[in-house]
Amino acid sequence: MRALLLGSTLLALLQSLSAAGATAGEVVKVSIGDLTFAPAELTVHVGDTVEWDNADFVDHTATAKDGDWDVAIAAGKTGRVELNRTGTIAYYCRFHPNMTGTIKVLTTEQPQ
Amino acid sequence: MRTSTSCSLAAAMTLLASTAVYAADKPSDPQIAHIAYTAGDLDIKAAEQALKKSKNKQVRGFAENMVKDHSAVNDQALALVKKLGVTPEDNDTSKSLTKGAADKLSELGKLSGAAFDKAYVDNEVAYHKTVNAALETTLIPSASNAELKSFLQTGLKIFQGHEQHAEHLASTFK
Repeated sequence: MRALLLGSTLLALLQSLSAAGATAGEVVKVSIGDLTFAPAELTVHVGDTVEWDNADFVDHTATAKDGDWDVAIAAGKTGRVELNRTGTIAYYCRFHPNMTGTIKVLTTEQPQ
Repeated sequence: MRTSTSCSLAAAMTLLASTAVYAADKPSDPQIAHIAYTAGDLDIKAAEQALKKSKNKQVRGFAENMVKDHSAVNDQALALVKKLGVTPEDNDTSKSLTKGAADKLSELGKLSGAAFDKAYVDNEVAYHKTVNAALETTLIPSASNAELKSFLQTGLKIFQGHEQHAEHLASTFK
């Protein structure tokens, strides 16, 4: 009985922790080097922020194909977007459309 | 008119291709550096003309990006040749590219409005295709210095991006 109680308390604690984590939103990093997004495929949760770090000497963008967002990422700089909708978003660089990536945005309850 | 430019481009390609066939005559690193720098410089000049003539937002955005990217690539190229102690050397391919670009500038100079926009973008597609093919088939394989080769490979990825960007823009004119 005691073990069960402890178990459910732990579970509640974990749930509240994960909910708090989702509210705060994590910053998930994507590096850009040699005209490549790395990782090219990413899974995040609603409320998370994706930050691109451009190590190239030319400017890039991260532009959602559905037109939802368009992030400028100057050479040697970073750019970020907070993701507020679930779904799978394909994105590319407007200046170099051969650069592509995908972000899967899950609800806060969904495990990665 | 377009045929004459295609001929100049074709001539440049033939030169590059023939250089590839005769391995003994493959371009040297100083020649490769000159060809790559010239190709970028010519595209900047084409973009500057577009920025003077075009009122189309998309075309201007593309041209601005060409100036920025090719200037950045050429700045890096200059820094690299300086570091490597390579002195870029003029050659038939550079000359042919320069002649083709001068003809195109004067041809486009006579156009205006939508006709100019379309001709500029179409030429950007053709020009990047030519330069990218030359990089892939001749310049990169011929480069002896590993750093120069790696730099050209990055340049190729950037220019392949430009080719796709130009193709996308061209498709909006049809």
